[in-house]
Amino acid sequence: MRQKYRIRLNVTTLQTLPQPEVCIALLFEIAPNQIQRLSTQGLAMTSSVSPGRLYLGGDFYTNHFEKGSSPDTMILNMGPQHPATHGVLRIIFELEGEYILRTEPVLGYLHRMHEKMGEEQTYYQYMPNMGRVDYLHALAWNWAWAGAVEKLGGIEVPRRAEFIRVITCELNRISSHLLWWGAFLLDLGAFTPIMYGFDDRERILDILQRPTGSRLTYSYYRLGGVAADLDDTALDMIRDFVPYLRSRLPMYRDLVTDNMILRHRLEGVGHISVDMCRRYGATGPTLRGSGVAYDVRRAEPYSVYPELDFSIPTDHECDGMARYNVRMAEIEQSLNIIEQALDMLPTGEFWAKNAPKPKWKAPKGEVVFAVEGARGKIGVHLVSDGSAKPYRVKLRAPGFSNLSLLAEVARGTLLADAVAILGSLDLVIPEIDR
Amino acid sequence: MNPPFGIPPELFTILLALGLLAGFVGLNGLVLVYLERKVAGHIQRRPGPFEVGPHGILQPLADALKLVGKQLITPRGADKWLFWTAPIISFAPVFVLFLPIPFGPVLTAMEMDLGLLLILAFAGINVLALCLAGWSSENKWSLLGAARAVAQSVAYEIPLLLAVLAIAFQFGSLNLSTIVSGQGAWPWQWNIMVQPVAFFIYFVCALAETNRAPFDLPEAESELTAGFHTEYSGMGFGIFFLAEYANMIVVCAVATALFLGGWNGPAAPGVWWFLVKVYLLLLVMMWFRWTYPRVRFDQLLNLSWKWLLPLALINLLVTLVLVKI
Repeated sequence: MRQKYRIRLNVTTLQTLPQPEVCIALLFEIAPNQIQRLSTQGLAMTSSVSPGRLYLGGDFYTNHFEKGSSPDTMILNMGPQHPATHGVLRIIFELEGEYILRTEPVLGYLHRMHEKMGEEQTYYQYMPNMGRVDYLHALAWNWAWAGAVEKLGGIEVPRRAEFIRVITCELNRISSHLLWWGAFLLDLGAFTPIMYGFDDRERILDILQRPTGSRLTYSYYRLGGVAADLDDTALDMIRDFVPYLRSRLPMYRDLVTDNMILRHRLEGVGHISVDMCRRYGATGPTLRGSGVAYDVRRAEPYSVYPELDFSIPTDHECDGMARYNVRMAEIEQSLNIIEQALDMLPTGEFWAKNAPKPKWKAPKGEVVFAVEGARGKIGVHLVSDGSAKPYRVKLRAPGFSNLSLLAEVARGTLLADAVAILGSLDLVIPEIDR
Repeated sequence: MNPPFGIPPELFTILLALGLLAGFVGLNGLVLVYLERKVAGHIQRRPGPFEVGPHGILQPLADALKLVGKQLITPRGADKWLFWTAPIISFAPVFVLFLPIPFGPVLTAMEMDLGLLLILAFAGINVLALCLAGWSSENKWSLLGAARAVAQSVAYEIPLLLAVLAIAFQFGSLNLSTIVSGQGAWPWQWNIMVQPVAFFIYFVCALAETNRAPFDLPEAESELTAGFHTEYSGMGFGIFFLAEYANMIVVCAVATALFLGGWNGPAAPGVWWFLVKVYLLLLVMMWFRWTYPRVRFDQLLNLSWKWLLPLALINLLVTLVLVKI
């Protein structure tokens, strides 16, 4: 259709321009009858638009978001700047009153070509990118990359480094969950929990700052180890932190989890069945909130996780509250893991002596490596042609699959429910766009 | 006091009262902004405003200055007249609302037998302002906020009226001063002990009427960006803000007069008792706001139509029967 109008524009001279509507149609590459439809159906709010001035609201996405059969609907554009989308996610809704008939996420506002960058950088140089894919659980991405390259090159990781990785990664997971907790409740209209969450998260950042040197976008793991050892001060800080957070969790439960309004907002909202999870490839707390005990740390064990004793929290309710409960239980499990890892932490080197040099050439081959991130299964598919740079890197972000559920789950719910569902999926937009 | 220039004494009283009220509302607005930020801060384990003046006491002045200094933007496509009338409509009734409130034994701007009715009638105007603001903004979020405001206001005004009616029947009067002087000095002589259900209904409805959390749906930040005042900048927003705080004071003042004995107190009855009680209620409202999540819209309406309305009706019936006996 667009092609047709382009051609018409070429043959039409300026003197013989057609109707004004068609002119606009040519400019916006939309069929004139479609404009008529858009303006009469309220896509442009015609209430106060003066006659003779055709006001076309929105861009390509809003204008091509086809209207449904019902005449009294409104198309609402949420984001990319909106308090509930946490970053630059954009969602288009078709609403009837406040009920959602249809919704569609629009991505790409934070696309930074991480996969392409992987092809242009050496194996070590790509590590800082990993901290920026998902800035909230940066160490899991660090681990996914380091693990994939180690698997490809058959690089040995010292035992102490493995335990340091477990401790720091789980701390990072807790900090991610704490931030999600605060932000999720902010979505639901409770302003205070995020301050409490940040307060506790701050302690984790202080701990992780010691070995990693940064507070958010960590680039700490190396091929065959980690960049710096956990010193005694850091270990003491972690030992203090574990009981501290344990003592805080009952308060969170009393103040927030058992709140009647919260339960009414979440129970039965955003039902995600196991079948839906399977169809969309949802992983992480979203899948475990649907009652499937799938955790990469158990399903495809890596590092020293098989030696550690922890359970995989699940909930069979499949609703927002289930996902909430799973994440809160995961914080406790992560604390258990950290405690055990601290006791089992061996002495020795933290970075293998024979680790690859900066310009190291990986052997030819193809590997897939997955770790469990705070949001689900993080996968790295790495293809090497034997040079110093990867031939192809594919990053599997759990947030992408989890977000794709939204269109189906949010159908028929209220706008406020859609915000709650969005929050319960725990999305990090940079990870989705990559 | 003899009025100068031969102004009729009634008119003089009203003019004086209006002048004092404007000062009172403005000052209260500043105090409440400061209080809200400090309360929020302490609930959230942070000090709140601390930089402007000692303990940030001048922060509301800085806020006001900032709002006044901002550019007033009318969005493209907005209905200019309605858009800028809306904040004024929201603030104008505030002056009338304060007139019949008995602050102290003599400190009442206008003694009138229908004082309660006047307050309830003029309090309803606020929703018109929200509706206009939402409609004229040419913004779908504002429109949703306005729709919510209207539905919420209609739903909650009825149980609120019924709760107030129970008190009015009990005293056989709509005069707030009469109701206040009908209550004793001690807390167990106040209406809240006789009518706890009515007080509960009144307070819940008052929260909803003033759009305070957990019923702040018309401006639900995480859902509707800022609801009906999304498009307002500078003092346009500032006036809505001030009107919200003024309305909070009004509903708390009415609650104090109706249920908490007004200016009566165990010792030295006077305006201070009234203010103490009003501010205690305001603190409770702030405490709610910074503690609870927001309810969903259908839950909000269900609460009113399915629970508060029948409860208020039963309460009213019981009151009527008891009064007759």
